[in-house]
Amino acid sequence: MNRLSWFNTVSLTLGFAFLYIPMIILIIFSFNESKLVTVWAGFSTKWYGELLRNEAFLDAAWVTIRVAVFSSTLATILGTAAAYVLVRSGRFFGRTLFSGMIYAPLVMPEVITGLSLLLLFIGIGLDRGILTIVLAHTTFSMCFVSVVVSSRLITFDRSLEEAALDLGCSPAQAFRLVTLPIIAPAVISGWLLAFTLSLDDLVIASFTSGPSATTLPIKIFSAVRLGVSPEINALSTIMIAVVTVGVITASLVTKRAMVRQQQDEMAAARTE
Amino acid sequence: MRRAVLIAIPYVWLLALFLVPFFIVLKISLSDTALAIPPYTPTLDLSAGWTGIKEFFSQLDLENYVWLTEDDLYWKAYLSSVKIAFISTFLTLLVGYPIAYGMARAPQEWRPTLMMLVILPFWTSFLIRVYAWMGILSNEGYLNQILLWTGIISTPLTILNTSTAVYIGIVYTYLPFMILPIYSALERMDGSLIEAAEDLGCSRLQAFWLVTIPLSKPGIIAGCFLVMIPVIGEFVIPSLLGGSGTLMIGKVLWEEFFSNRDWPVASAVAIVLLLILVIPIVLFQRNQQKQAEAEG
Repeated sequence: MNRLSWFNTVSLTLGFAFLYIPMIILIIFSFNESKLVTVWAGFSTKWYGELLRNEAFLDAAWVTIRVAVFSSTLATILGTAAAYVLVRSGRFFGRTLFSGMIYAPLVMPEVITGLSLLLLFIGIGLDRGILTIVLAHTTFSMCFVSVVVSSRLITFDRSLEEAALDLGCSPAQAFRLVTLPIIAPAVISGWLLAFTLSLDDLVIASFTSGPSATTLPIKIFSAVRLGVSPEINALSTIMIAVVTVGVITASLVTKRAMVRQQQDEMAAARTE
Repeated sequence: MRRAVLIAIPYVWLLALFLVPFFIVLKISLSDTALAIPPYTPTLDLSAGWTGIKEFFSQLDLENYVWLTEDDLYWKAYLSSVKIAFISTFLTLLVGYPIAYGMARAPQEWRPTLMMLVILPFWTSFLIRVYAWMGILSNEGYLNQILLWTGIISTPLTILNTSTAVYIGIVYTYLPFMILPIYSALERMDGSLIEAAEDLGCSRLQAFWLVTIPLSKPGIIAGCFLVMIPVIGEFVIPSLLGGSGTLMIGKVLWEEFFSNRDWPVASAVAIVLLLILVIPIVLFQRNQQKQAEAEG
């Protein structure tokens, strides 16, 4: 049972080839000397140089990063609070509406979310720019954060919190000293999820951004509509590299945290 | 007191930035197009008091919705979005199931790595993954170059800007959503059940069909919904890979809003799209609940 059958080997190989070959081709051709993206004319890093001199892209990248940092941080705070309320607070007025509003944005088509937020911003006379994109991104990504955090809160042993309260902690102290460290991995992955959702978003940002602030996906989209270009290949390669390094680091960190937690639990079991 | 504050902050946020905007869309879908800023009438004038409010409501009507039924562009776009969503969900299932199955049968120590390999593309930009296919599928693209070079075809195939390209794009970008739920269903499955079926005289294929498939059904259902629901409103894939022949409602809404600047009609398109999505979303939630109860 521990060896893969030929069928499984073939399906895994083909499956992963399908997932990765398009991106590998993209990366290879970003080092192409030629302006024509489909003809190989020798190795060159000149498109990376062009990219670094392209101020429109750099400005957009800077806007995107700022939006992602602000919105994912806000979304993490709001989403964690929402998860805590949903899992811990029992019944309160309008609970069904609240949980509905938490889950609805997850399945709402982006075009509708974008359109409705834009109409709101125009309605209240808020000028479109970085602020409106941050508000929009925070709204949809806080829902993702709260789903991630609440799944961790559900499996959490509540008696630990009660013990802290018995030992004289205030509820806020109990949250800070006991609950937060235990749900921290979920909070961190929620933040990362919100961050990438914000970096990646094209549709909602297109509706909620104004001429004063354009994000990178909007810039890429308008460039890509005209066809494939070596500069965009270079930009894509950088983005793929950053994400890959980020995800691998994050998974190593969480793996290490898990191992440490297991060791702690084993040590605790031994002392009992 | 503290608890009330804790509840109020995310609650008020969602009310202000999710529910209120939704009602604004609903309201504008009932308004008339106008050459004004904002480009619709009526606007609510609270200073006129009660008569102003009455006046406001008397001017709302269903004209835009009637318009949606009269111009065949819209209902054709809805139908073709649903059709594309169904076909591409089925294709994603066909491609994703063997991968999930292979992962679940792989040695225990490989599984975290395989899982990571499936999730990694999900973290990379959606836009870039769709863009990668533009270079592959175009007339001078890599696929045509390989096919011409190997002599399988003699003239380049036109794939980019057709529905085929849209299907490829959807299967590619949504594949992780299909693989992960099926994998988690298959991984929990007890291998001895297959052995029992084989002992009782099933062939391998029969055992797969009669035991494995039914046991992975919750994963299949969840995966299909996770792909189908977002695909119905998809915008990026049809506008980059599809041609003028591929009609999808997300694209129509976008163009109605940005090119035609007809906000009331765009709002009506959005409301009808939501109504169409309510059915699969409710079914999905029921399925999730049933599954949670079965496990709990």
